[in-house]
Amino acid sequence: MMVYALKRAVLGLAIMLTISMAVFALTNIASDPAIAIAGEGATATDVEAVRQRYGFDRPVVERYAEWLGHAVRGDFGMSYRQQRPVARVVLERFPVTFTLACLALGFSLALALPLAMFAALWPNSMIDRFAVLTALVAQAVPTFWLSLLGILVFSVELGWLPVSGSTSFVHYILPAACLGFFAMPAILRLTRAGLLEVLEADYIRTARAKGLRTPTILVKHALRNAIIPVVSIASVQFGYLLSGSVIVETIFAMQGIGYLAWESVSSADLPVVQALVLVTAFFYVLLTLFADILNAWLDPRIRIA
Amino acid sequence: MTAPLLKVDDLHVRIGARDRQVHAVRGISFEIARGETLSIVGESGCGKSMTSLAVMGLLPRTARRESHGISIDGARIDGLSDRAMSDLRGLKLAMIFQEPMTALNPVYTIGNQLEEAYRRHNPAAARGDARARAVYLLEKVGITAASERLNQYPHQLSGGLRQRVMIAMALMCGPDLIIADEPTTALDVTIQAQILRLLRDLQTEFNLSILLITHDLGIVARTADKVAVMYAGEFVETGTAREVFNAPAHPYTRGLLAAIPVPGKTERGGKLAAIPGTVPSLTDHLEGCSFFGRCSRAVPDCALGHVALTEPSAGRAWRCRRPYLEEAAHQGGALS
Ligand SMILES: Nc1ncnc2c1ncn2[C@@H]1O[C@H](COP(=O)(O)OP(=O)(O)O)[C@@H](O)[C@H]1O
Ligand code: SF4
Ligand SMILES: [Mg+2]
Repeated sequence: MMVYALKRAVLGLAIMLTISMAVFALTNIASDPAIAIAGEGATATDVEAVRQRYGFDRPVVERYAEWLGHAVRGDFGMSYRQQRPVARVVLERFPVTFTLACLALGFSLALALPLAMFAALWPNSMIDRFAVLTALVAQAVPTFWLSLLGILVFSVELGWLPVSGSTSFVHYILPAACLGFFAMPAILRLTRAGLLEVLEADYIRTARAKGLRTPTILVKHALRNAIIPVVSIASVQFGYLLSGSVIVETIFAMQGIGYLAWESVSSADLPVVQALVLVTAFFYVLLTLFADILNAWLDPRIRIA
Repeated sequence: MTAPLLKVDDLHVRIGARDRQVHAVRGISFEIARGETLSIVGESGCGKSMTSLAVMGLLPRTARRESHGISIDGARIDGLSDRAMSDLRGLKLAMIFQEPMTALNPVYTIGNQLEEAYRRHNPAAARGDARARAVYLLEKVGITAASERLNQYPHQLSGGLRQRVMIAMALMCGPDLIIADEPTTALDVTIQAQILRLLRDLQTEFNLSILLITHDLGIVARTADKVAVMYAGEFVETGTAREVFNAPAHPYTRGLLAAIPVPGKTERGGKLAAIPGTVPSLTDHLEGCSFFGRCSRAVPDCALGHVALTEPSAGRAWRCRRPYLEEAAHQGGALS
């Protein structure tokens, strides 16, 4: 188990390094940051001045090494726009997005798992059809549209929930639900299909032959096997949630990293964008690592080769 | 004599939608006394598994069971709800399946799966009891270092070991009847023999009744007290093992006997004397003898009506219009 986790961690590290190179290359080689900072209408001398001031005239490899060295110590430079350390800008926004994504994932799991279980237990029943239809609708409805609809109904008409902001728990309910609804279909479909397959397995018949009752069979013997692929997809979904939060945070004016990303991109605040991509990627890698380890714990065939 | 341990009366199993249904089991009846082995033999697809699952109450969702009664120890079980039936499964009757590789749950240890069977029917038992019982039975089925095995997962064991675990699992609550559906088909020949010997030893020790399902008459010869030869959903010949082997009456039984590989005589891996032709489709109503197309003794009359069972004495019967009666079987020598 430890060896397995260690192997995965090393792989994650390698992925992180690759991503950091890509991020640096995209922001420093593919575009000229000096031009972006100097702004529209700047003369060639202005651009050259910026280039020298920020050190853009030095070799790329040297700049990358320096940047990476700082980055691993949490130093991402200064935000051009806010003139504050990038790390602080990102860090103060991170909890909002993290809370939002966790709540959204929790919401979609709470909806998808029971629905998938009942659907698989009684295939082609009313509840199965309802589950399939729900997944189809959730798939088809764009997040921004659902968010606006949610605001109209729950905030404007009924007045139950606040329209925007991220200052208290109630502010999270509507955005988390909208975001979670978007992640739900994949989890629902995969769990349902997995359970349907697992319920046909020989070991389920063995469990019944022992006299075990249906709830025990479903939860102990079927769900644990069916959930293994779901863990992987849920971690991927969590990544989608992070990116989906750009839309939701913007609509609900929540001060998270999604909103920050939108602000920074529109004002060419390069260090912040770099840090955001890197942090999101890091988080994503961490999540995949966590999913791999969880799966190894769930499935001894992964753990004990 | 007291009531037989298992009595099945006129069992039918139909699978699928009414318009395209498979009539897999077509009115079979049998009894098994305490401590006795009945073997149901027949080619693949003749309805053996459906018969065993019907007795266990484990038929697939699309299958329907009808009968004039299934009883254990004289008590009817055919009317029981699935919940009431689950109280008997594992406790009164247990099952061993064909595929040891997939019959155990890959994500739980052997110990967990053994103990769970015990605790299901002994909820008040002390914690250590289930474990002690598991170790005891693993040793009984010939697994060494039993207490270490409990912490292993199915994928760490070979097929033969897994089948031993399955047998131990079936015995956890001390059932009266074991239904073994092709328990050795997936195993190597040497392992097959070991498992069969094990089943026979356990039967003597625990006074078990066994319903042994197989397509291999060679296995039957070594284990069964009584034999029922099944063809296209029906029993075509029944009797004691001695009667069926020494004086097979039905042409199909003779065909199966001729197909038993004889050590020394049949080449290893060589072709067996298979019965030519194919099994009739079980979707249709069968007119005449179901073996008609493949039978070397057939006369035109055989294609008409339904061939009734001839039962000269209790338990001895055949379903044939031109049975072999006086002539002795040209059997190989698998039996002595
Ligand atoms: N799930 C199913 N749906 C439809 N037909 C089936 C199903 N399972 C088995 N059958 C049919 O029922 C008949 C008996 O099957 P089975 O009892 O498994 O045979 P055996 O165990 O003797 O090989 C076969 O003809 C098979 O095609
Ligand atoms: S009834 Fe006729 S066709 Fe059928 S097995 Fe007997 S001899 Fe053959
Ligand atoms: Mg079978």
